[in-house]
Amino acid sequence: MENLLILIVVLPLIGSIINGTLGYFIQKRYSGKVNGIIATSSISISFLIAFYLFLQLLSMDIDSRRITINLYNWIFAGNLSVDLEFVLDPLSAVMVLVVSGVGSLIHLYSIGYMHSDKSQWRYFSYLNLFAFAMLVLVMADNLILMFVGWEGVGLCSYLLIGFWYQDLDKATAGMKAFIVNRVGDFGFLLGLFFLINGISSVNGGEAVSLSFSYLKEISYSLVSVQFYSIALPTIIGILFFIGATGKSAQIPLYVWLPDAMAGPTPVSALIHAATMVTAGVYMIARLNFIYVHSPVALTVVVVVGATTALYAATMGFAQTDIKKVLAYSTISQLGFMFAAVGSAAFSSGIFHLMTHAFFKACLFLGAGSVIHAMSGEQDIRKMGALKGKIPVTYYTFLIASLAIAGIPGFSGFFSKDEILYRSFMSASSYTGTWGYIAFTLLLIAALCTAFYMFRLVFITFYGSEVRSDKKVVEHIHESPLSMTSVLVLLAFLSIAGGYIGLPEIFGVHSLFDGFLKPIFEDSESILSIPHSHTTEWLIMFLSVIAAAIGIYAAYLIYYRGGYEGAKTIRTKISRIHYVVENKYFVDEIYNILIVDSVKVVSYLFSLFDKYVIDGIVNLAAKITVLFADLDGLIDKYVVDGLVNLVAQGIKYIGERLRSLQTGRIQDYVYIMVSGGFLGLILIRILNFLISK
Amino acid sequence: MQLTAQEFLILAAFLFSTGIYIILTRQNAIAILMGVELILNSVNINFVTFDRFVLGKIDGNVAAIINIMLAASEVAVVLAIVIGIFRKTKSVEADRLDTLKG
Repeated sequence: MENLLILIVVLPLIGSIINGTLGYFIQKRYSGKVNGIIATSSISISFLIAFYLFLQLLSMDIDSRRITINLYNWIFAGNLSVDLEFVLDPLSAVMVLVVSGVGSLIHLYSIGYMHSDKSQWRYFSYLNLFAFAMLVLVMADNLILMFVGWEGVGLCSYLLIGFWYQDLDKATAGMKAFIVNRVGDFGFLLGLFFLINGISSVNGGEAVSLSFSYLKEISYSLVSVQFYSIALPTIIGILFFIGATGKSAQIPLYVWLPDAMAGPTPVSALIHAATMVTAGVYMIARLNFIYVHSPVALTVVVVVGATTALYAATMGFAQTDIKKVLAYSTISQLGFMFAAVGSAAFSSGIFHLMTHAFFKACLFLGAGSVIHAMSGEQDIRKMGALKGKIPVTYYTFLIASLAIAGIPGFSGFFSKDEILYRSFMSASSYTGTWGYIAFTLLLIAALCTAFYMFRLVFITFYGSEVRSDKKVVEHIHESPLSMTSVLVLLAFLSIAGGYIGLPEIFGVHSLFDGFLKPIFEDSESILSIPHSHTTEWLIMFLSVIAAAIGIYAAYLIYYRGGYEGAKTIRTKISRIHYVVENKYFVDEIYNILIVDSVKVVSYLFSLFDKYVIDGIVNLAAKITVLFADLDGLIDKYVVDGLVNLVAQGIKYIGERLRSLQTGRIQDYVYIMVSGGFLGLILIRILNFLISK
Repeated sequence: MQLTAQEFLILAAFLFSTGIYIILTRQNAIAILMGVELILNSVNINFVTFDRFVLGKIDGNVAAIINIMLAASEVAVVLAIVIGIFRKTKSVEADRLDTLKG
C-alpha cells in the first residue's frame, strides 16, 4: 500500500519524461493526440491510485488515518535531518484528489483545446511536470520537500505562461510571474530559517527533522522563543504568509496572476485557478499548529485575505478580457480562502479551495471553449448572444457562475457561507475589530462577486447579436466532445461538491469537516471560538441577499439596459471607471517604486562601474602594456641581438671556410695525406718531448 | 735466402706511396681508381705479412681475402659511377668534376 504512494507522485514524472524526450518524435510520427493520451493516462492512473488509497484511509480508524512512506534520509547536516518522506493523511488526501482529479480532466480537455498546436509534446510534458511538482508539494511530509514542490510548481507556471514564447508579451508575463513568486519564496525561506533556528534553541541539541508531526509536537515550546521581543510563531507565521501571498496572489504580490492569463486557457484553469495558487492556503492549513499560537499572524492573514477579496473583486468590474475577469475572480476567491484559514476555520478554507477548484476550473474551461468558438477572441465587448450558439458551454458556465456567486444549492454557497460565518465568529475570540472589518469586506466582496460574474455572463452570452466580424460569427461552433464532456463533469461537481460539506445547522454531520478533523482538532481547540446557530442562519441569509443584489444589479445594467445602456452608465462614471479599468494603477506604481528605482540604482552602479571599476581595470591594463613594451625592447635588442650575433658569426666563418671546398677530389686527397704526415710528425715531436 | 718481414713491409710501403702518387697526379678517373687498388693491395700485403711473422694464425689471411672481395665490388661500383659521369659530362677528367665545390 505504501509503495502505491510513490506511484502517485512518480507517474506524472514518467509521463513528463516520455513526452519531454521522445514527445517530439511521437508528435511527428503519429500526432499530438498521442502525446495528450500519454500525459492524460499517466495523471489519471495517479488519480485512480489516489482514490483507491483514499478509500483505504476511510476504512481505517479515524485517528490513525495516515499512510506514509519514508524513502531515505535525504539531508543530514549538523543537527538537521530531513527525510524524503511522503504522506497521505486526510488533508493531503483532499489535495491529492483535487490536484489529480481536476488535473486529469484538464489534461483531457487540453487534448481538444491544443489540437492544432505545433509543440503539444512540450505542452504536455510541462503539464505533467506541473502535476508531479504539485503532488510533491501536497504529499511532502516535511517543509523542505514541500519547498521543492513549491519551487517546482513555480517553475512549471513560468514555463507554461510563457508557453508561446515567440510572443514577447507572453514571455514577459512568465518572467513577471516567476520574479514576483521569487519575492514570496524569499519570505518562505526566511520563515524556514527562523523555524530551524527556533527549534534548535528549544530541543536541546536533538536532530531537527522538520516533518509535520515533529513540528506539531514542538510547536508548543516554540511560543516561548522570542526574537527582538516578538514571539517566534508570529515571525514564522507572517514570513510564511509572505511566501503564500506570492504563490497565491494576495496583496501585495497579486500582480502576476492577471498577466499569467497569457498562457493557454487550460493552464490558467489548472495552475492559476484550481491548484497551484491554492498552495499558499494549503501551506497555512498544514502549518495550522504554528499559526494557532499566534493570533497576530492569523489576524494579518484574515485582514489581508479579506482586503484582497474585495479589492480584486472590484477590479473585475471593468475588465474586458474574459480570462482577466476570471483571474481577478480567482484572486478574490483566494482572499476568501485566506480569510477562512486566518479565522482558524482551516477545514472551511480547504473546503472552499476544493469547491473553488471545481467551479473555477469549469469557468476557465468554459471561457476556453468560448474563446475556441470565437476563433481566439478574448474581448467580451466583441462577444454577445452566444447563448443559443454554444449551449453546452453556456449552461455549464451558468452553473459555475451560480456556484461562485453563492446561490443556495450550489457548492460555492456552502463553502462561502461557512467562511463568512467563521470570520464573524473569530472576532469574538481573537481578531476583535479586525474580524468585523474583515467580515464586512468579505460580505461586500460576495456581492461584488455575484455582480462581476453575471456582468460577464450577460455581456458574453446575452444581447441581440454577436458584436464581431461576419467571418468570426459564421465560424462559431460548439467545442468537441473531449472539451464539453469535461465541462459537464465539472459543472456537475460544482453543484454536487458542496453536499459533502453541508453545515451542521442543517441537522446533518459535515462529512468534510469530520474527515479533516484529526488534522485540525487540536489546533482549533486552542483558540476556543464560540459557535452560534442563530448567527449562522443570519449570516447565511445576509450572504444570499448579497448574492441576489449583485445578480440583480448586473441584470439591470447589462441585461435590461443592454450593451448600449451599460455604455452610457460607464460614461457617467468615466473617472472611476478609468481608475478601476487600469487596476488602480498598481502595476504602474510598482513599476515606478520597484522597477524604476531598481533601474536608477542600477544606472548609478553602472556609472560607478564605468568610471571607478573600469578606470582601475584600464589603469592596470595600461601599466601592463607599458611593461610589455619594455619587455619587447629587451627582447628585440638584447635577446635577438645575441641570437643574431651567433648566427652572423657562424655565417662569417662559413664564408671564409667555403673556399677550402674546391670540389676536386685530389685536393681533398692532398689535405688528407698531408694531414696524415702532419699527424705523424706531431706524434714524433710529442714522443720526443715526453721522453725528454 | 730467407725473406724477413722487413722486405715485405718495404714492398707494401712502396706500393702504398705509388698509389698515393698516382691518385694525386693522374687526371683520369680510371687511373685514380688504379691507384686506389694499389693502396688496397699494399694493405693486403701488410695483413698477410703480420699474420705470417707476428701472429702465426690464419686471421690476417682471412682479412686479406675479405679485402680482395671488397676491392672487387668497389671496382664494380666505381666503374659504374665513372660510366655514369662519362655519360653526363663526356669526360672522366678529375679536375672538371668539381660539382661539390662549396
